[in-house]
Amino acid sequence: MKIVVQSEAFELGAEVDALRRGRTDIGAIASFVGLARDMNDGSDVAAMTLEHYPGMTEKALAALVEDAQSRWTLLDVTLIHRVGRLLPGDPIVLVVVAGSHRGEAFAACEFIMDYLKTRAPFWKKEETPEGERWVEARASDDAAAMRWGKT
Amino acid sequence: MKLRVLYFARLRERLGCAEETLDCAGSTVADLVSLLQARGGVWAEELATGRAYRVAVNQDIVALDAALTENAEVAIFPPVTGG
Repeated sequence: MKIVVQSEAFELGAEVDALRRGRTDIGAIASFVGLARDMNDGSDVAAMTLEHYPGMTEKALAALVEDAQSRWTLLDVTLIHRVGRLLPGDPIVLVVVAGSHRGEAFAACEFIMDYLKTRAPFWKKEETPEGERWVEARASDDAAAMRWGKT
Repeated sequence: MKLRVLYFARLRERLGCAEETLDCAGSTVADLVSLLQARGGVWAEELATGRAYRVAVNQDIVALDAALTENAEVAIFPPVTGG
């Protein structure tokens, strides 16, 4: 299990290699990488800054991975979320889930992202030609998290 | 009771406050919110009923009727937008 909040970039291949190194029991690895986009809500985005709540963030991420583990049999999980100033194209978040079969790996990977979107204390501020603006939460993210049912 | 109150993101900027220590006579999160609303101005506006904000007590998101404890760390912040 690896859960990290960091300002540095991460590399998908290196994280997958680290997770599976020396193991032959893993049958499936599902991963998700979220990237910073150059456009949002009709405006060009030159950069974004991710703020978080140190202490609670780590606790919230650990809780949602634990929740995933109570729903599916998982062999390992890596979850990395970046903070600080990011440019379009930069990776923001990484989820890697290893399981015996693809079903639980796919499901848990999507579940972790859906829950992260509504429960982990991160906030994005975008730099646009009209000035800086805080990103508003989306109702579609709440709906995505809701479909997994109550914990 | 004595509380440490933290504010994040848009609320921190709008309220002009990142962190404060205060005394709250009540015993629930709703009591603390009432105390802050009574400051008027941006406090009353941002924490008005119906505005979207979240409250965490000792780093767990809670409902307005949640109990406060002496020296609790309370955080008030906008709905999260990570990922």
